[in-house]
Amino acid sequence: MIRALIIDDEPLARMVVLEYLQAFKQIEVMQECGDGFEGLKAIQQHQPDLIFLDVQMPKINGFEMLELVENPPSVIFATAFDEYAIKAFEAHAVDYLLKPFSKERFNKAIEKFLSQAPAAPNAPKPTDTLLETAAQSPGQNERIVVKTGTKVKIISVQDVEYLQADDDYVSVITAEGAFLKNKTMAFFEKTLDPKYFVRVHRSYIIAIQQITRLDPYEKDSHLAILKSGAKIPVSKTGYVKLKQVLGI
Amino acid sequence: MASQSSPSAKLFGAFAVSGLVWAALQAYIIYSFGFAWLQAVGDSALSAALLTVACWLINNNLRYYQPDKGSYIYLLIWCGALAAGCAAACRYILPLFNMGTVYQNFLQQSLIIRFFTDFLAIGWMAMISALFYSQVDHKKTEQRKTEAEKLARDAELYNLRQQLQPHFLFNSLNSINALIGFKPDEARKMIHQLSDFLRGTLKKDDQLLVPLNDELAHLNLYLEIEKVRFGHRLQTEISCDGNCGEATLPSMLLQPLVENAIKFGLYDTTGEVTVSIRAEIEEPYLVIMIQNPYDPKTSRPRKGTGFGLSGVQRRLYLIFARNDLMETHANDNIFTTIIKIPQL
Repeated sequence: MIRALIIDDEPLARMVVLEYLQAFKQIEVMQECGDGFEGLKAIQQHQPDLIFLDVQMPKINGFEMLELVENPPSVIFATAFDEYAIKAFEAHAVDYLLKPFSKERFNKAIEKFLSQAPAAPNAPKPTDTLLETAAQSPGQNERIVVKTGTKVKIISVQDVEYLQADDDYVSVITAEGAFLKNKTMAFFEKTLDPKYFVRVHRSYIIAIQQITRLDPYEKDSHLAILKSGAKIPVSKTGYVKLKQVLGI
Repeated sequence: MASQSSPSAKLFGAFAVSGLVWAALQAYIIYSFGFAWLQAVGDSALSAALLTVACWLINNNLRYYQPDKGSYIYLLIWCGALAAGCAAACRYILPLFNMGTVYQNFLQQSLIIRFFTDFLAIGWMAMISALFYSQVDHKKTEQRKTEAEKLARDAELYNLRQQLQPHFLFNSLNSINALIGFKPDEARKMIHQLSDFLRGTLKKDDQLLVPLNDELAHLNLYLEIEKVRFGHRLQTEISCDGNCGEATLPSMLLQPLVENAIKFGLYDTTGEVTVSIRAEIEEPYLVIMIQNPYDPKTSRPRKGTGFGLSGVQRRLYLIFARNDLMETHANDNIFTTIIKIPQL
C-alpha cells in the first residue's frame, strides 16, 4: 500500500485529486491538509510515500514546508502557480500538474511515480535537488522558515542580523535569538539579495543595514561592529566585497 | 521669419524682400556720399545679393544642424568667413564695371565697414535662426514626449489589469472541475458567475467613472467565486450607506484592493477570515474602507506582494493627479485600506 497525503488550501482542489485517485486502489490517502502546518504534522505522523502539494498556501508555502521536512517524500505538485517558469522543477519533483489538470494528465503523473524504483536509502533524492532550485525562485528570498522544536518560525529577512556557519547547519541570528537551518553558507549567499547581504567571511554573512562601524583588525582583516554590538570578522576578500556594495 | 504653413515659399519671399530693402538703403547711403545713382545701385545690388545668399546659407545650415553648446564659436567663425567672402567679392567684382578712380578709393576705404556690417547682419541672421529652429525642435520633442507618456500610461493601465487575472482564473477553473463530478448544478452556476465576471472585466474602460452599485455588483461575482474556492474559510461583509451607491469611482479600482485583502487574509492566517468593505460619503469624497485580518509577525514584507496596493495608488494618481487618496493602517491584526474618491 502506498501512503499519500493531499496538501492544498482549497477543499475543491483536494477533492479533484481524491476523485482522480479512486482509480488507483494501491494508493491510500492518509489525510487531507489545508495548510503547511497541518501538512508538516501529517507528514511526521504518517510518513507518507507520496504527497500532492500546492505551492500557494496560508502562512508557509509548499516549498517552505518541504524545507522543514527531514526526509521529504516524493512530491507531485498540483498548482496554478504561474509566476515564473516553474517547469524547471519538473525534473526534480516526480511531476508537476498545472491546475486545472485532466484525469489523463493526472494518471500519467501517478504512473511516473509508480515506475520510479525506490532509491537506495542514501542516494540523493530528487526532492533535495528540487529544494535547491525552489529557493532560487522569487519570493523565496524574503523570509526564512525554520523549525524550533515542534514549532515553525517564519523569519523575515529584514530581521536577520547575520548568519554564521555552524557545522552542517547555518545559524540565523536575529534580535529574538539564533535559529538553526539545515542549509549551507553557499546556499544563503546565493539566495539572499546581494544588495543587502554580504558574505564577509568564510563563516559569516552579514546584513549591511546592521553595520555601524568597520574597524581595522590585525593584518589585512577588519571587524564589523553591528547595531546589536556583535563583532563579526571580515576577511580580506570580504572587505573588498563589502566596499563594493557600500560604494566606498 | 517663416511661419509653419508653407515654410520654404514664405522664407524665400522674406529673404527677397529683406534683400531689396537692404539694397535700397545701401544705395541711398552711397548716393548720399556724392556718387551717381547708377554707381550706387550697382554697388548696393551686388552687395545685397551676396549678403542675402550668405544669410540664406547660414539659415539653411542651422535648420538641419543645431549647434550644441560648445560649438557656437564655429558659428561665429562661419559668420566671419561669410562676411569676409562678401566683402572680398565686392572688392574684386565691382572694379570690373570701371566706375572711376574716386569710386575705387571709396570702395577700398569702405571695405572694413562693409565687412563689419555684413558680419553683423549675418550674425543676427544666425542668432535668429538658431533660436527659431531650436524652439521648433523643442516643440517637437515636447509633443513626442507627451505622446510617449500617453502611450506608456495606456499600456500601464492595461498591464495593471492583466496581471490580476491568471492565477484566479486557473484556480476557479480547477474548482469547477471538482464540482462537475458531484455537484454539476453548482459547477454550472460557477461557470456563469465566472463568465459574467470576466465579461465585466473585459468590457470596462479604465478611465470611466462608474456608480459604486455597479462596481459592487461586479465585485460580488468575484467574491462568490472566491467563496466557492475557499469554502467556509472566507466571509465577506459589504455595507454601503444611503446614497453611496450613486457615487462614482474609476471602474475596477476596488477589485485589486479586495483581491489583496482576500489574499493576505487567506494566506496570512489559517483560520476563518472576514473581509469587510464599507462605503460612505464624506463630502466631497466617496470613502471606501476595506479590512482584512493579517498576522503582523509572519506577514511577508509588503513591498513584493503588495502589487494591488501600489497599482491602485498609481491609478489614483494617473486619474486624479493626487498622491494622498489612499492610506493603509495595520493594527490589532487588522489591515485597513482606505481610499477617497473625489466626487466631481
